[in-house]
Amino acid sequence: MTTKLFGEPVRRREDARLVTGQGRYLDDHGRDALAAAFVRSPHAHARILDVDVSDAVDVDGLVAIYTWEDLPGALAEPLPLLIPHPALTHGRTAYPLAREVVRHVGEPVVMVVARDRYLAEDACALIRVDYEILKPVVGVEEAAQGVHLVHDDVPGNVGANLVQEVPSPSGLSAREAIEAAPHTLAFRLDIERSASTPLEGRGVYARWDADDESLRVYSSTQTSTSVRMAIATKLGLPLPKVEVIAPDVGGGFGVKIVHPWPEEVLVPWAARLLGREVKWTEDRREHFVSSAHERGQVQYVRVGFDDDGRLLGLDVTILHDHGAYTPYGIIVPIITSTQLLGPYKVGAYRVEFSSIYTNTVQVTPYRGAGRPQGVFCMERTIDRIAAFLGRDRTEVRALNFIQPGEFPYDQGLTFQDGRPLIYDSGDYPESLRMLKELIGWDAFPEARARAAAEGRRIGIGIGCYVEGTGVGPYEGGHVQITSDGRVHVSTGLTSQGQGHETVFAQIAATELGVPIEKVSVVTGDTRRFGYAVGTFASRAAVMSGSAIALACRKVREKALRIAADALEADPRDLEISDGLVHVVGTPSASIPLATVAVLSNPLRYAFDEETQRATQFAGSSSPDRPPVSEGDEPGLEGRDYYSPVRSTFASGMHAAVVETDPETAEIKILRYAVVHDCGRLINPMIVEGQIHGGVAQGVGGALYEKMVYDEHGQLLNASFMDFLMPYATEVPRIETAHLETPSPLNPLGIKGAGEAGVIPVSAVIAAAVEDAEGIVVDRMPISPSDLHALRQARDAGITPGAP
Amino acid sequence: MKPPPFDYHGPVTLDEALGVLAETGPDGKVLAGGQSLIPLLNMRLAAPAHLVDINRLPGLDTIEAGPGGVRVGALARHAAVERSAAAAAVQPLLGQALRLVAHPVIRNRGTVVGSLVHADPSAEMPAVLALLGGSVRLARRGGEREVPAEEFFTGPMESALLPGEMAVSAFFPALPGRSGTAFRELARRHGDYAMAGVAAAVTLDDDFRIAAARVACVSVGPVPVVVDVTAACGPRPAASVDWDAVAAAVLDRIEPEADIHATAEYRRHLTGVLAVRALRDAAREASEDPEASDASDASEASEASEGEEGA
Repeated sequence: MTTKLFGEPVRRREDARLVTGQGRYLDDHGRDALAAAFVRSPHAHARILDVDVSDAVDVDGLVAIYTWEDLPGALAEPLPLLIPHPALTHGRTAYPLAREVVRHVGEPVVMVVARDRYLAEDACALIRVDYEILKPVVGVEEAAQGVHLVHDDVPGNVGANLVQEVPSPSGLSAREAIEAAPHTLAFRLDIERSASTPLEGRGVYARWDADDESLRVYSSTQTSTSVRMAIATKLGLPLPKVEVIAPDVGGGFGVKIVHPWPEEVLVPWAARLLGREVKWTEDRREHFVSSAHERGQVQYVRVGFDDDGRLLGLDVTILHDHGAYTPYGIIVPIITSTQLLGPYKVGAYRVEFSSIYTNTVQVTPYRGAGRPQGVFCMERTIDRIAAFLGRDRTEVRALNFIQPGEFPYDQGLTFQDGRPLIYDSGDYPESLRMLKELIGWDAFPEARARAAAEGRRIGIGIGCYVEGTGVGPYEGGHVQITSDGRVHVSTGLTSQGQGHETVFAQIAATELGVPIEKVSVVTGDTRRFGYAVGTFASRAAVMSGSAIALACRKVREKALRIAADALEADPRDLEISDGLVHVVGTPSASIPLATVAVLSNPLRYAFDEETQRATQFAGSSSPDRPPVSEGDEPGLEGRDYYSPVRSTFASGMHAAVVETDPETAEIKILRYAVVHDCGRLINPMIVEGQIHGGVAQGVGGALYEKMVYDEHGQLLNASFMDFLMPYATEVPRIETAHLETPSPLNPLGIKGAGEAGVIPVSAVIAAAVEDAEGIVVDRMPISPSDLHALRQARDAGITPGAP
Repeated sequence: MKPPPFDYHGPVTLDEALGVLAETGPDGKVLAGGQSLIPLLNMRLAAPAHLVDINRLPGLDTIEAGPGGVRVGALARHAAVERSAAAAAVQPLLGQALRLVAHPVIRNRGTVVGSLVHADPSAEMPAVLALLGGSVRLARRGGEREVPAEEFFTGPMESALLPGEMAVSAFFPALPGRSGTAFRELARRHGDYAMAGVAAAVTLDDDFRIAAARVACVSVGPVPVVVDVTAACGPRPAASVDWDAVAAAVLDRIEPEADIHATAEYRRHLTGVLAVRALRDAAREASEDPEASDASDASEASEASEGEEGA
């Protein structure tokens, strides 16, 4: 059994459990708990006049009905604005239960607790809420006109307006540089709304222990530590009396980093008030209208460039549809506006976004978190320049790349973590070379000609991205080796299926020199690790992986010190492999880590033969020293934290070949190729799995998924029948090549990989469809019906994309 | 997403089931495969006071193939009909269409007759029944009636089924020799309801000229839209048919509407494309069909009376 596991395609240790139905998701807990259900607003914008519960109180099994008026203290205040920003001058968040006004369909108005969910929903159906309908504000452009307001005290519906400017090397502003450029283009781009849509929705289960005056909460969340703080704050409980556990979580993709959700504070509150276990499991319809969406933006682009296609200036104005509330601040448009630059030097840059309120579900990060929109903008821009100049699209890209010798490269902007946007490392020319080879870029004209001879249309597209990953502020790791030789690793951030149990174990096994079978990993349980931020922003491997490695190094150092004492050797002459500490070159002089663990903890009482070695008459310690030296601690354990100065920047490039049916306008992806650079790979198989999942979601955003609101603010496709998440049949086989450019910022040289796959897909598919059809594609997703309409517009002489 | 309260009935004989339906009238709803009804209940879009589960009734899971056609019982699952060699030998369109119905797990549970009664104008099986001129047998306490397809589908999600009645079987007629069928559709995703779809049946004469041609279109009207295009095809070999004229004849008859997945114009365009493709496929199949149907050889369990009745 090798203990050098870092970099190996170790099979996921969690899969045996998860794929055989042994996973324990939120709804698998609390089978006897009371059920909560919610009456949610059927209107996009309305004033609540009256709530009549008189019919509902007769429902057999009803336990309680709550409205906003019932909420005490901090619970009656709006939910937290999690990430304030100076530009977010008009941040607004919802109340846990609507107070006076509802601002989107699905906003919770009344909470019902009953013996089971059937009865709770029966009671909900009998509660009558009288509304005065207010004018709904739907569509970001209509909202930006400010004729009708989502919030009375937010003029123009503008929550935030932020401008970032970087002058050209010669000191020109973006607008001056564009004015002076030999060529300019101006156009508009549209990206539709989509959503995370994890297969397991949200859910909360709470148990109040009246004797202990403590609360245990299970939540399907991406951050148990922060949910814990929010609950303690909202319920006025001492933090040590609140435990929050993220059990197996059936996908998050961003939506579960938002917290506390109304249900996350209401369910624990009700459990405490009633002295009963209470559970709420979100259903699919609730998830569509009561959680969060993302992506929706309108972008206005102006670009200036020279005869070769070199970028001289870029000016982008973004209308960002933020929905009804801004609990997660303006992270999404900040990411769009900064990560838009990708691997390029754009000369001078100006970006302005307005974050606009609408009477729709709130917008918070969804895998990719603003980057797919930014990449769509940049890559569509470069394709237009190439088309304008008649140059190869990859040549124009290569001309504008940041070169390998230019790192660290400062883009001159402020990133989502409040830190400068400085790329730490990368090799974009090599990525492009690998991708062109993988997809056969240079030979494509012949393939196109062969297809055309058969009456078929095919096209090729490419898209490049840079992704800031591993954002701070910190994560921690705790590692303990017990006297049975087992290694217990814990970290505070949560898991939603990424494979943390495997990769963190790989890191610990490699650092400590133990078989992976000896390592167990716990995540997202505040009983085990109380300090954490959460799992989002492709940060778990970078942050907790690094922290666990550092904690392991502390444990290793202590183990070597104790072993050196026992073996009467110099710690520098020791190494650990297969769980044995031994003198280099003298394998017989060794001591098991289990024994080291025994020796690390001076005992008065023995519990078995092994632990007798650490008791006071065993002669294992010097009579002249205290059993635990000053500054030392008993036990073979270590805790450490990793807090980076700034994010580390992964990158990648995708290419696709699509076929479009000349008659039906059907769009088929024939090939999909990915070159991916996330620094050193901990587990290439898991990274590929992440890429596959990301590309699948990207295909959804490119060809299938959109949230369709009507003018009344009703979501018309709030089910998986009409919201077209792609099936396996819609996702192409994905060809992958890895490039490893280590990050200099962390001890393992790694970068994040979780979101990457989704980021450039819309840009790539748009480019490929455009190439097949010779029609400009300026909005995503694109359906056969859309493509048919584009063909007809072309035939009628209408040019799309005019600003 | 939990259903509102209802009384559950689990009859074990047809008489018992018909008795419950007679007593509950408009408040009673039959549960067979449940692939449409259960979601409707869970979303509280339907709230029948009585649910009559017919899954325990004996003798309703039958697939009887005879020279005249195939009679499918109310509990015959899509998958069973799809895989029935006897049914395919008599009426190949059944299998051609069923392969397009949703996904295997849904076909394992859902029933052909249930799909007909649900009467979704986007569904495949109503179009098949309408194209072939089949019928649905409706039983009630003390009697039954056979309703032809053109009278059975009365509107979107509406059929001729009356309160107290239960569909016990459906009959899909065979086609004469030298006939061919095809089903072409385009859905947004594999297994979704089609944006447009066309079932076609073509019969050739002894000189391999088109003697009869019909299409049934889905998703472009309140009920499956059946168009006889024999005249538009003319008594010509398929190779010399003016397909644009045929498509025009079809498009004259459809009334597509826009929804979130496709514009009305696109559905119209797509129906024309698919109609031509389906008719060409059907004509090709017809040209490969032996002079007379060999269906009788493959269906020893046939019932002559069924065939005569449906023909």
